[in-house]
Amino acid sequence: MTTAPPAAPGAAPAPGAAQPAPAGPADGADVVLRIDDLRIATTGDAEILHGISLSLRRGQLLGLVGESGSGKTTAGLACLGHFRAGLKHTGGSVTIWPRGGERIVVQELGEDALRQLRGARVAYIPQDPALSLNPAMRVGEQIREVLDVHRWGDSDAAREARVAEVLADVGLPSDRDYRRRWPHQLSGGQQQRIGIAMAFAMFPDVLILDEPTTGLDVSTQAHVLDTIRDMTRRNDVAGLYITHDLAVVAELADRVAVMLRGMLVEEGPVERVLHHPEHDYTKRLLEAVPDLAGRKAIGGDPYRDSPARIADDATAPPLLAARNIRLSYGEAQILDGIDLTLEPGECTMLLGESGSGKTTLSRCVAGLIDDYTGTVALESAQLAPSTRKRTAEQRSAIQYVFQSPFSSLNPRRTIGESLTVPLETSQRVPKARRRRVVEEALDAVRLGRSFFDRRPGDLSGGERQRAAIARALVNSPRVLVCDEVTSALDVSVQASIIGLLRRLREENGLAMLFVTHNITLARHIADNLAILNRGRIVDYGPVDDVFAHPTHAYTKALLADIPTL
Amino acid sequence: MSTHILTSDPTGAPPRTSSKPPGVLRRVWAQSEGRVGIVLTAVVVVLAVFGPLLAAPLTGYTPYQFADRPFAHSGVFGTDNLGRSVLARFLDGGRLLLLYSVLATALGMVVGGALGMLAAYARGWLDSVIMRLNDIVLAIPQLVFALLAITVLGPKGWVLVVVIGLTHAPRIARVARSATLRVINEDYIRAAEMYSVPRWRIIGREILPNIAGPLSVEAGLRLTYSIGAIASLSFLGLGMQPPTADWGLMINENRIALSVQPWGVLLSVFAIAVLTIGTNLLADAIARATAQTTVEE
Repeated sequence: MTTAPPAAPGAAPAPGAAQPAPAGPADGADVVLRIDDLRIATTGDAEILHGISLSLRRGQLLGLVGESGSGKTTAGLACLGHFRAGLKHTGGSVTIWPRGGERIVVQELGEDALRQLRGARVAYIPQDPALSLNPAMRVGEQIREVLDVHRWGDSDAAREARVAEVLADVGLPSDRDYRRRWPHQLSGGQQQRIGIAMAFAMFPDVLILDEPTTGLDVSTQAHVLDTIRDMTRRNDVAGLYITHDLAVVAELADRVAVMLRGMLVEEGPVERVLHHPEHDYTKRLLEAVPDLAGRKAIGGDPYRDSPARIADDATAPPLLAARNIRLSYGEAQILDGIDLTLEPGECTMLLGESGSGKTTLSRCVAGLIDDYTGTVALESAQLAPSTRKRTAEQRSAIQYVFQSPFSSLNPRRTIGESLTVPLETSQRVPKARRRRVVEEALDAVRLGRSFFDRRPGDLSGGERQRAAIARALVNSPRVLVCDEVTSALDVSVQASIIGLLRRLREENGLAMLFVTHNITLARHIADNLAILNRGRIVDYGPVDDVFAHPTHAYTKALLADIPTL
Repeated sequence: MSTHILTSDPTGAPPRTSSKPPGVLRRVWAQSEGRVGIVLTAVVVVLAVFGPLLAAPLTGYTPYQFADRPFAHSGVFGTDNLGRSVLARFLDGGRLLLLYSVLATALGMVVGGALGMLAAYARGWLDSVIMRLNDIVLAIPQLVFALLAITVLGPKGWVLVVVIGLTHAPRIARVARSATLRVINEDYIRAAEMYSVPRWRIIGREILPNIAGPLSVEAGLRLTYSIGAIASLSFLGLGMQPPTADWGLMINENRIALSVQPWGVLLSVFAIAVLTIGTNLLADAIARATAQTTVEE
């Protein structure tokens, strides 16, 4: 497809234009890659991308944001001339103007030419570095493989030198020992920087980054983002940064494009789109992003201090108390003396990175892990470690909601059957009334009774998570342990779940242990904040106190590294 | 993959989405191999089930009646070694074979499935004990084991079923165990543990439905082997006993006159071949049909 001629030189998109004006390469090789009216459909002829037009400029990063299923990865892969199985190209084109070379139309290339293009002119950085690096190959060789495949340089020595050079560029040691390491000997952040080094090895013109920091912790993410920004500027590369995280885009990108269900709804400079959005969808999306300051009202009303909290009574034991919880597997100390209390109606956020022990701790409280030492007490009664040894009443009092709504409901059973299980074991209500109790719980999470006879496969992620929360509610618990319940969900769905949890607390006087890695949610849901690092609570207190006066170096670093809009 | 629709209203219920995959049977039928498998299997099953009723009216002789001299060419397919109608005996000879192989497979599935799920669910020493005993049984060739048991216990129907079924069990147990290990770390099983659901009910309600795909494939495959094993034992004279009409036995009885009167052998061979090919194709088609649904999200 070469029908679209380059437009007049210097036709930069006017601020506020929903579609970028087509810009040609004539104006000093400014535009490097242009997508023209790209259409992609499934083999069943359902259109996935409804005509996307975008331009990437040299030395600039374009953030492509949208929720899961909006087609952003499909669009990104199309720039490499790749379509995932079951998808086909139905219209439009991707054109590339490489440095000192002829114009390339990706859709006109054959398989061999495409393979030459990928990795050399257009490089790709995938989401999970742990999956994309070959575990049986030394990291230096993996970078060199890119050079070997594209026959870069004249000699082995030149290629080796380039490997060392690009390693140094991404801020990793470039000595021979480091090049001879295996991927498993590197941390997640280092692995992703190896991925970045591979992408830059051939001096590409275009870089496609597909959520490269999604699996990383906040501090590691900050380092990787620095590397990406620095490398893009230094190498004068045009970047397409695919993400669902608007805060990262605000930190990193020059321009931003917002996608919704296969359409581009807004495109423009970051400042304008994020601060003065024009499309309704962009506005809604921005409203759903939690902010550290807690000024926004995500998921409904702004957060008020919970009215259910009763006056502090120093003599009464707390509703839930964990004392000196320790757990180790062999050498690894997972939990190292945790003390945590929860008063009725109170919400404590347990914040930590992956591997900090937060899920382990919440499962100890819920009785899913029983080989810990220390005590968990409900009011004054000490709880048995294993949920099977607790009384039905104790089991009903503490309910746990799992992280992934895609795994926590049995796909072969209806929502109603799954939600009846807690009632069957607690024997709290007679058989005849169980259906009514479950239906009331479905109403309470705003799903409605019609979901009783449906199966999880028919439900979206947000709907499944609501069903999972309803399962925790049928026994009228006093403590709800929410383990990363919003991590697998899009921001707008996250906002509605947060709104739901907040309302449930107000209506039922629920105490809540909200486990998360996302510190920006703190002011939207929690009264207290406990920061967990390597199995220890390093900062613990009311949210405002911890934010205002962080005592531990880890907390300070965490607060400094958060990307903000 | 269910399509996600953005919820604009944070307080309202999210809109409905629907993405139900078509049923397993329809996906089997959609494959040409599946269609062939279903048709072949159905033809032989109908023949074996309704044949005994049709034998006498169709040929005029019961399967045990003297019709003509031995290996004569009277009637549609002639007579066998004792002068009985081949067609009558052929129509009557599939029922027991089919019944015994289905029963043997069912027994193997129940015993093997239960052991495999138990091993994977319990882990630890119970897993080791079950699987090592499994390995011991696996080391003995199936047919040799069956010969031994029948020699000791005599060629009775229940012995055939139990011996074939139990020798299938270790193979089925391995499949059930590995399928269970794949789902055992899912959160819905952890949730059932949390609600203190009785363990046997976790196996029956949470695990079993989710490994039904691989198990049904295994069942089809084991049925094929059961048919082969029972027909072989009958041929060797250790399965069905004369004067019972049986396809395996008919091959043995009539093979001496293969050049004179081939129908006594050919009809039985043909029926057994069609049945095993049919069940095999069907098992493959089910495997492909269920493989598509195991990937959720």
